[in-house]
Amino acid sequence: MADQARFAEQAMPYMSALYSAALRMTRNPSDAEDLVQETYLRAYRGFGGFQDGTNLKAWLYKILTNTFINTYRAKKRRPEQVDLDDTEDFFLYRRLGGLEAVEAQRSPESEVLDAIPDELVKAALESLPEQFRMAVLLADVEGFSYKEIAEIMDVPIGTVMSRLHRGRKALQKQLWEFGRERGLLPATNGEDIHDGQDGQEGPAPAPAPETAARG
Amino acid sequence: MDCEKAIYRVYTYLDGELTVWRRWSIRRHLDKCPPCAQGYTFEIELRQVVSRKCREEVPPDLKRRIAEALGEPSPPE
Repeated sequence: MADQARFAEQAMPYMSALYSAALRMTRNPSDAEDLVQETYLRAYRGFGGFQDGTNLKAWLYKILTNTFINTYRAKKRRPEQVDLDDTEDFFLYRRLGGLEAVEAQRSPESEVLDAIPDELVKAALESLPEQFRMAVLLADVEGFSYKEIAEIMDVPIGTVMSRLHRGRKALQKQLWEFGRERGLLPATNGEDIHDGQDGQEGPAPAPAPETAARG
Repeated sequence: MDCEKAIYRVYTYLDGELTVWRRWSIRRHLDKCPPCAQGYTFEIELRQVVSRKCREEVPPDLKRRIAEALGEPSPPE
């Protein structure tokens, strides 16, 4: 049994992480604020049921997720238009030039990544359908394990893995498309630069294909 | 392990969710396959970038409201 008097001291440090997640979930600052406040109140009331020594962060995220699903999800439905068709692995890497990096001291890809504005990354993540967005958020932004995510989202681990697999690919695709729309990413044609032969390098990517020279 | 299998498992590896044996065998592949190793490095960087760029500052007003609701003194600005 956790001591309710110690709730604030223990739970307040997670507010920034919870608020970041709430914004990605609701995609709206005022809803995110309400969601975080409601989460803290519910957690405070239920703190007696929290087992001391277990994972407080995961416990708070579960409350956040449940509160979001029960309260905010029904309210704000935005049409989800993301292509979740199977995309190849290393999608973004392949499109950003691939093998050129092997020779380079510092890979040009990572410079491109650093230059992507925060807003674009947030928009790409927020564009994913909810269940995929939540899985990617919990794993890649918050660093939860598969088991923790399964408990937070109340689904089997296999479901977590499949949502992560598809969600991450979709995220890369969205980053790529948003980045190109704003002229932030170089437009290579993304030909398969790695042909799957063990230990062999594929052909170097062709420089500036014609399709790249668009307005 | 071949490239196809390595790339398929690289995300689970990155998640720290592979068994010891599979971790060892993917590491061995990455050590001898520069293209896969580069792709792997890119995925690590991408994940760090996504995580870093999705951080938000809590509005001070929200912090204050929650602290008050929990009966705590307001945090210093």
